[in-house]
Amino acid sequence: MAEKFVGKSIKRTEDPRLIQGLAHYVDDIRLPDTLHVAFLRSIYAHARIKSIDTSAAVKLPGVVAVYTGKDVAKIGPVPCGAAIPDMKTPTHTVLATNKVYFVGHLVAAVVAENKYAARDALDLIQVDYEELPVVMDEEKAADKNSPVIHEQFGTNIAYKLTAGEGDIEAALKSADKIVKQKILNKRLAPIAMEPRGVLARYFPGEQELTLWTSTQIPHLCRTQVAVMLGLPENKLRLITPEVGGGFGSKLNVYAEEAILGWISMQTARPVKWIEGRRENFQGTIHGRGQVGYVEIGCKKDGTITGFRYNVFADMGSYFQLLTPAIPTLTGLMLSGCYKIPAIQMNVTATFTNKMATDAYRGAGRPEATFVIERAMDLVAAELGMDAVEVRRKNFPAPFGAENPFKTATGLFYDSGNYQGALDKALKIADYTKLREEQKKARKEGRLMGIGISTYVEICALGPSSAMPAGGWESATVRIEPTGKVTILTGASPHGQGEETSFAQIAADELCVSVNDSTVIHGDTAIVQYGIGTFGSRGLAVGGTAVYMAIQKLKAKAATLAAHLLQVDASTVSFADGKFTSKAAADKQVTIQEVALAAHLARNLPADMEPGLSATAFYEPKNFTFPFGTHIAVVEIDRETGEIQFQRYIAVDDCGKQINPMLVHGQVHGGIVQSIGQALYEEVVYDDQGQLVTGTLMDYALPKAIMIPHMELDSTETPSPVNPLGAKGVGEAGTIGATPAIVSAVVDALAVFGVRHVDMPLKPETIWQIIKKSTAGAA
Amino acid sequence: MKKAINVTVNGVTHQSEIEPRTLLVHYIRDVLNLTGTHVGCETSLCGACTVLVDGQAVKSCTMLAAQADGSTVTTIEGLAQGGELHPVQKGFWEHHGLQCGFCTPGMIMTAAQILQRNPDPTEEEIRHGLEGNLCRCTGYQNIVQAIQCAAKKMQSKAVAR
Repeated sequence: MAEKFVGKSIKRTEDPRLIQGLAHYVDDIRLPDTLHVAFLRSIYAHARIKSIDTSAAVKLPGVVAVYTGKDVAKIGPVPCGAAIPDMKTPTHTVLATNKVYFVGHLVAAVVAENKYAARDALDLIQVDYEELPVVMDEEKAADKNSPVIHEQFGTNIAYKLTAGEGDIEAALKSADKIVKQKILNKRLAPIAMEPRGVLARYFPGEQELTLWTSTQIPHLCRTQVAVMLGLPENKLRLITPEVGGGFGSKLNVYAEEAILGWISMQTARPVKWIEGRRENFQGTIHGRGQVGYVEIGCKKDGTITGFRYNVFADMGSYFQLLTPAIPTLTGLMLSGCYKIPAIQMNVTATFTNKMATDAYRGAGRPEATFVIERAMDLVAAELGMDAVEVRRKNFPAPFGAENPFKTATGLFYDSGNYQGALDKALKIADYTKLREEQKKARKEGRLMGIGISTYVEICALGPSSAMPAGGWESATVRIEPTGKVTILTGASPHGQGEETSFAQIAADELCVSVNDSTVIHGDTAIVQYGIGTFGSRGLAVGGTAVYMAIQKLKAKAATLAAHLLQVDASTVSFADGKFTSKAAADKQVTIQEVALAAHLARNLPADMEPGLSATAFYEPKNFTFPFGTHIAVVEIDRETGEIQFQRYIAVDDCGKQINPMLVHGQVHGGIVQSIGQALYEEVVYDDQGQLVTGTLMDYALPKAIMIPHMELDSTETPSPVNPLGAKGVGEAGTIGATPAIVSAVVDALAVFGVRHVDMPLKPETIWQIIKKSTAGAA
Repeated sequence: MKKAINVTVNGVTHQSEIEPRTLLVHYIRDVLNLTGTHVGCETSLCGACTVLVDGQAVKSCTMLAAQADGSTVTTIEGLAQGGELHPVQKGFWEHHGLQCGFCTPGMIMTAAQILQRNPDPTEEEIRHGLEGNLCRCTGYQNIVQAIQCAAKKMQSKAVAR
């Protein structure tokens, strides 16, 4: 029997280059004669540009050129791929023209022989600004009296949208109790450890531009940049080398990508720009940014009758690729893993003088999970029920392909067993004992809290009908003449380990070793058109495309094998790497021999093309809906307000797992980003629009010492949507964990009558709550 | 005005004329073309640029190349010896201590230093030791396990001697 690889924790094949410093990220690619670009960015949140004087900068030795908005007028605007009915889309030119509208807005580009000279020249550019009143609050931005950012619209409201099904008014009327709460999901910075970066090289003779850029979506980015530059798409080759993290921030098309291409076309030399961390905070998309008002109706027994979410969504000052679409994802997931007959979301999306928001790990779904999970806790508190019981009361019975679960947000969840994951997590936590410990702790005056989140997420994005630019994914699988397997995937990864997990799929299907396959991605000149890696789709959609291509390839191989064995094709079967026939028990041919025969092409069936290669474009019929239960146990220091984790338990169900070690890695990372959101992280602009959290000194990214040991387990409910049964896991942590952590802290503070605290739960905030609550008692 | 420096990096001595303000990390990356050492921030917080200077873990974005004159520097490219991975590198591979890999060279250099100073650290001590290195992908748990694994490997190697 050939060794099986799917389901095993195989060490990653991409690691040797990464652990030896031999991998190539954009800045590691060196071309002779490269020029370096530095960008001047706005220091004001909202101002009119009266004049720009670049004369001193241009004279600096080493400086080749300085470009401002009028020089790059031929470059098309930064694209937005999302459309909401009646939405207002400001034209965002690649460099500011007459106005700047956020701190970090690109104003000028300096091109120099080296990066030090480029940086020096920035200080010599004189910009005369006329400051304008700023709009910083996404809720106040909607006021009629607010200053307006884009005068042509006469309002800061980008769009209004109502979503959901069922009669919400009647549902709330029928409730015994209605619980209301304002809930914030503050702005976050994705902070991939590798900042963005672009290297561009134009060959005037061939009229070909090559762009190396750190992106999650090489093909989509190539299409958009080609349009921006007015280049034929087939004259632009986009290469995504190693990508040092994305988390949605590189699921985008940025001005710098087009500007670098354009500069290379002007200078006929390679040009490079590597984003600094300060630039990354200012000019790479942020996530979240919702001010929400929750209204949930329930019966006395805990049955939910209806859920309304009125939300002000902060767009920032303009749209990046998916900015306006993010709140719609929130709307889709407001039902959580509960039967709720009526749901309504009313979005008011507003422009503010800040960087654009867009997809940050979870992209709208963490917001949904956070508000529904907080709402379930509020219902439990209101009714004096246990948080677990309220959840159980509203779970649908386990379901699958025959009886998918329909929500009032218009979705059909593919498969789920919410009780199963909850039971397992409670067992690992020993929930009953934890509650007893908590009683004891409370008697001793200690603030111990237990928080539970039962979440479901929408993943494997997604059917094309629901996506702005295609929800399918592509793969080509070849068996080379020597029997080695080459896999080309359109789902270009950035740390997910697809080079290993895709090779595991191929290994089992073709009965080869993982090391026999090479996975190639991220070069539009080599790989067929693809969509990319985001929305927990790499494995579930991209991996399925690989599987589908292999089926096509095997079908051809089987036909050729039958020909070589001189038997009827219907008698041929494939096992252990060999084709055999029940019609000729003594004969066999290996898949490698078939591959060689296909390439030699001396003995093929009359109608068969040479070669052994197949391409699949896989279109998923539905999203997938992974789920799970997270439990956080915390204790709060009464004196300092500091939160200490006692335990963190996560039981996730992402369907079939191809490589459990990689699954755990994804969950770990997601939970820690959740801990960041819950306890530490917050993008802060002051009331003048200055970015206060503009460096890693000021923006608190979690460090190793801040993080508890996480206890992970899983249940496995295969997805009926794809043949792998995989659902996706990239965003589970950031979706499932945040509510559990906040819930635990609120539970610890429940002795003071606290029912909700907004994130981030800084010690100071907690200390103030304790101090206020105990002031009378002391 | 250029400054002449003499630095031994991964066992090779380099004599270079550099701009005095050149950062050590830019010297390593742009002059010596050793691109395994990464730049992830401008404020010495992320630790992606960590290298060993005369045996001490140093953030090479916060040190001038001129200050390394006469020093011996080890970068991630110089950690494996004679074609064999360093135990910390092995630990990171075996325990999935990396995803995107960008912070990894700095993490590994710091981890090597942690174990050099304390061959048998507790989980708490490892987490403290990593205070100057940020990772956004792994959630640190597998990095901690990778370093524990490396500690065991190094101990058994020491016993074998």
